[in-house]
Order: sequence, then structure tokens, then C-alpha cells
Amino acid sequence: MYDFDLVLPASVAEAAAAMKADGAQALGGGQTLLPTMKQRLASPEVLVNLSGLSELVGVSSASGTLSVGGATTHAQVASEASDFPGLADLANHIGDPAVRNRGTIGGSLANNDPAACYPAGALGAGATIVTDKREISADDFFVDLFETALEEGEIVTGVNFPIPDVSNYQKFVQPASRFALVGVFVARFGSTVRVAVTGASNGGVFRWSDAEAALSKDFSADAVNGLAIAADDLIADLHGSAEYRAHLIGVLTRRAVQAAS
Amino acid sequence: MPKITMNINGRDMSAEVENRTLLATMLREKLHLKGTHVGCDTSQCGACVVHVNGKAVKSCTIFASELDGATVDTIEGQANTDGSLNVIQQAFQDHHGLQCGFCTPGMVMSAAALLKDNPKPSEAEVREYLEGNICRCTGYQGIVNAIMAASGQDVPSVAAE
Ligand SMILES: Cc1cc2nc3c(=O)[nH]c(=O)nc-3n(C[C@H](O)[C@H](O)[C@H](O)COP(=O)(O)OP(=O)(O)OC[C@H]3O[C@@H](n4cnc5c(N)ncnc54)[C@H](O)[C@@H]3O)c2cc1C
Ligand code: FES
Ligand code: FES
Repeated sequence: MYDFDLVLPASVAEAAAAMKADGAQALGGGQTLLPTMKQRLASPEVLVNLSGLSELVGVSSASGTLSVGGATTHAQVASEASDFPGLADLANHIGDPAVRNRGTIGGSLANNDPAACYPAGALGAGATIVTDKREISADDFFVDLFETALEEGEIVTGVNFPIPDVSNYQKFVQPASRFALVGVFVARFGSTVRVAVTGASNGGVFRWSDAEAALSKDFSADAVNGLAIAADDLIADLHGSAEYRAHLIGVLTRRAVQAAS
Repeated sequence: MPKITMNINGRDMSAEVENRTLLATMLREKLHLKGTHVGCDTSQCGACVVHVNGKAVKSCTIFASELDGATVDTIEGQANTDGSLNVIQQAFQDHHGLQCGFCTPGMVMSAAALLKDNPKPSEAEVREYLEGNICRCTGYQGIVNAIMAASGQDVPSVAAE
């Protein structure tokens, strides 16, 4: 790994100013960035450490919205997001305990790994991603593999999740990486249902609109029977073919509907 | 190079490190605390688990330079003050929880973190907590038994005894 300058800002304003430097990059929990830097796939000249910023850490809920600070760890969301159990449970199954003690929601969303869990939670709940500059709806945030609507130097300061009536995340674990081989997040708000799928598509997380329409009419596992998802754009690798992933999406969606609470 | 001071196993220790120096590297190469092992260096195996401010973390995936003023606990601080093995370490010995011992520092530190939050875990909870700790020698039954025993719960006695 190449060396870099480290900035330990005292506030989000200081962090934002430091991010203007050439070659500056945010450092969240480092659980993705450090391995990437070791492989020299990233070589930032300046790292701006966000994980110590108390302004960016915390979980709170008010009038049907759960707000999570951008540098809040997965472990803290798992233990404190009790008003949104579907999200707490998602956070509690990311990686392993040591990863959850360091990794942050802002890092996970900014990274937009096609097999990551939080993108499914954010898109499935219709969350709003708050940055130091603006608010971005989850529907506009996830652009492509490892690509988001974030501009250079933009910092995820928080995420606002509308709290669904019921929700559930089903993760089919890829045991070597501990990421999702396929993961499905289902959320019901009154009679409106959102279904977000991670781990499966070459374009990253996406909404399964046919299932959303069927489940909005009839919120039961059977409502998804007979719906098929085209395998054309799905990921095929040594862990599973595109057809296998397409099949898993249906299975996990039904399980998520059954388990939703 | 910045000088970083941490309270490690109850003592203040300092070293000059580059910003890119990993906590595992500072512990092993600067402070000669070689009990913390580096197995994979890719955040997968958990041999390097230590506690930072009371939480289990992989010391190969955190910069020492972020941790000025932090409290760090490593395997070297686990034994009782008279030098005898603590309850978890003794249970690993009694229940064949190690063979080559390479993964053991991380296993013991993960077990200590688990038992601090959950003093009487079920076997399933122990296995789930050890998700990020890989042992290539023993299989996991002895390790799981050791942690169950360390939490004061009944475990089957070891066949070899
Ligand atoms: C063994 C292992 C297993 C894992 N399993 C899973 C899993 O099952 N599911 C899953 O979803 N993830 C998994 N992860 C990834 C983990 O969740 C990471 O914590 C996460 O992807 C990145 O978060 P971070 O805070 O560590 O970010 P970092 O590694 O610090 O940063 C990642 C990227 O985001 C940028 N960034 C960080 N914070 C911000 C911010 N606030 N604003 C803007 N940009 C920012 C960085 O510049 C960098 O480009 C796993 C990781 C490991 C090592
Ligand atoms: S050496 Fe750190 S996880 Fe393997
Ligand atoms: S005892 Fe050898 S790796 Fe676990």
C-alpha cells in the first residue's frame, strides 16, 4: 500500500473542506477501502477519516423515519434500530462481528458493491441519502456497479429511512465472501410494497417491479408464484449461474414476505 | 512520522508509524507484541482480532494512525495477573480448542468479546459469532466446546481423555 496524508477532521465542515484536496478520499470503517488499497486498486493521496466524527454517528427515529448517521457502524444499527427491525436484522448479518464493529453505512452505500446488503435496504425502503451538499433518493442514488450519484468529494452524512409497516431481508450467503449471493429486501407501507434485489444483477441493486405490483395487490408468498425474472442481465460466476440467481430471487422474495414483521 | 500512543493491555505504549501502518504491524513490528497473528492480511481469517475501545476488530484492517489515544487489548493481556491462563485460555487447553495455535489469539479475543456481551451464549450463537474466525487445523467443535465451557455451560467431555 502506498502512503498517504491522513486528515482527522473535527467537524463535517472540516471534512468537506479536506475532501477538496487533489486525490482526497473519505475513510469510513476501512473494511472495503483498506483491502482495496493493499491491492493497489486504490491509492488515495489524502484520506479524510470520518469514523471519529460524532456528528456522523447515531441512530434516531421520529415521526415514522429512522435516521442513521453516515459513519454509524453496522453493529450500532443492529443494536439500536429497533424501530425498524428489518433494517436492524440486515445490519446484524453483514460480514462478521469484527467487520460490523468497523464498517459504516455511508461506506457501504458509497461503495455500492453489487453484492452488498445496505443498498437493498436503502432501495427497498425508499430511503433518502443525505450528503454534505444535498439529498438524493435511493431510486436515483445507485447508478451502476460500484457507481453512485455521489460527486467527487461528496460525503454521505446520513440516511433517512421511512419505517415500513412490515419488512424483511433475506440473504443467501456466499460463504467465502460472506456477502450476499442474492439478497432480497421486502417492505410494505400500507398497500404499497417495494422489493429490492442485491447480489444478482450486472447493474447492481434493482427493484423487482413485477413482484412489487403483485404483492401490492396481495401481500402473500403465493402472489409471487409464477413470476419469473429474466436471467439475461444477471450475474453468472463460479458461485452460481444466472438462472440459479433468477430462481433464488423468487425463493428469497417469498421467504421475505413470509418472514416480514 | 506521527507518534501514536495507545493504552495497550493497561500500559501506555508509543511508536512512530507511517499513516499507512496497520495496527497489526504496529503491534508486532514496533511493539514486539507478536501474539497477534496475521493469517490472511485480507480481513478474512480473524487471526489478528484484538479489541479497540472494547470492541473486537481485525487489526490488519485498521490504521494505527487513526488510533492515537485508543485503548487496545491483545492476547498478551489476557492471562491472569499471576501469569496463569484465564478462563477462556484454560478452556481452550482443556477442550482441544487448538492444534497449531495460529488462529488461537484471534479465537480467544473473539470469544472474550462475545462473552462480555453475552455471558451464556447458545452453541448456535457461538458459531455465528465465530463467522469471521477461520481455523484450518482442528475443526470447530473443540473451539465451540471451549467457549461453551468458559461460559460455565456443560459440554461433552473430550473423547481423547
Ligand atoms: C470479511 C468481510 C465481509 C463483508 N461482508 C459484507 C456483507 O455481507 N454485506 C455487506 O453489505 N458488506 C459486507 N462487507 C463490506 C462491509 O460492509 C464494509 O464495511 C462496507 O462495504 C464499507 O464500509 P466502510 O465504512 O468500511 O467503508 P470504507 O472501506 O472506509 O470505504 C468504502 C468506500 O466508501 C467511501 N466512503 C466511506 N465513507 C463514506 C462516506 N460517509 N461518504 C462518502 N464516501 C464514503 C470510501 O472513500 C471508499 O471509496 C464485508 C467486508 C469484509 C471485510
Ligand atoms: S490477518 Fe486480519 S483477518 Fe486475517
Ligand atoms: S489451531 Fe491451527 S489454525 Fe486453528
